[in-house]
Amino acid sequence: MTTAPGLTCKQFVELVTDFLEGALSCADQQRFEEHLAACESCPIYLEQIQQTIRVAGALTEESLTPEARGALLHAFRDWNARS
Amino acid sequence: MLRVAASYVKSRTVAEEVVQDTWLAVLNGLERFEGRSSLRTWIFRILTNAAKTRAEREGRIVSFSDIASATRNAEPALELERFLDASHGGPAGWWVAPLRRWPDDGPAERLFARETRARISRAIGALAPAQRIVITLRDVEGWSADEVCEALEISDENQRVLLNRARARVRRSLEQHLDASKGSA
Repeated sequence: MTTAPGLTCKQFVELVTDFLEGALSCADQQRFEEHLAACESCPIYLEQIQQTIRVAGALTEESLTPEARGALLHAFRDWNARS
Repeated sequence: MLRVAASYVKSRTVAEEVVQDTWLAVLNGLERFEGRSSLRTWIFRILTNAAKTRAEREGRIVSFSDIASATRNAEPALELERFLDASHGGPAGWWVAPLRRWPDDGPAERLFARETRARISRAIGALAPAQRIVITLRDVEGWSADEVCEALEISDENQRVLLNRARARVRRSLEQHLDASKGSA
């Protein structure tokens, strides 16, 4: 295992969302990228966080049960008929 | 919306009622919407007000001022034991064991399998309320950071801290799930 300058993996993990949101200072951004280039596990961690975000984004169509969806559509049709 | 409502009230049935009440209120009040905030933020306010009213009736309330204090009680994104400390004799702050890559996550891949999504859904449901609301709005519902800060009345920094912890926990849960199903395959 090579030793990266600057950040530890533990610090890297705390900064991942700041990095993805473009919220790191220039100095931290550089330290983050240096660690990313030098570490074996942290690039995998970053990729897995991005995979997690994509899978979470695929949940949204399942957020209502069929019953709730039916009740909503019914309410909408009532409202639509009134206006 | 259901997920947001569910972070206020106890049962899924009540959460569904809150969502229905919200849509009715939205439909009935749409003419009064003045466009001073985004439509999403406006709907969200109606939703949280409806959820809070129900939660008060049930004697359970999560206030957004709790969210800010939740971020101050610093907890690390991952459990400490996953990183080396001085007692291991190695370089402190490094992963205890190297991470392994997950399978590709193309739409047809295992990462999107129904059971995997169910696992993520449960992991999000098990988060502390503040983390749950933020990750639900950002990553599940696709809101922007600005919209979430405005709706929850939290700072940019708070929003990022909560989101980072939530993502770390959900990632961990997914990792355990993928490791376990690999073992049984």
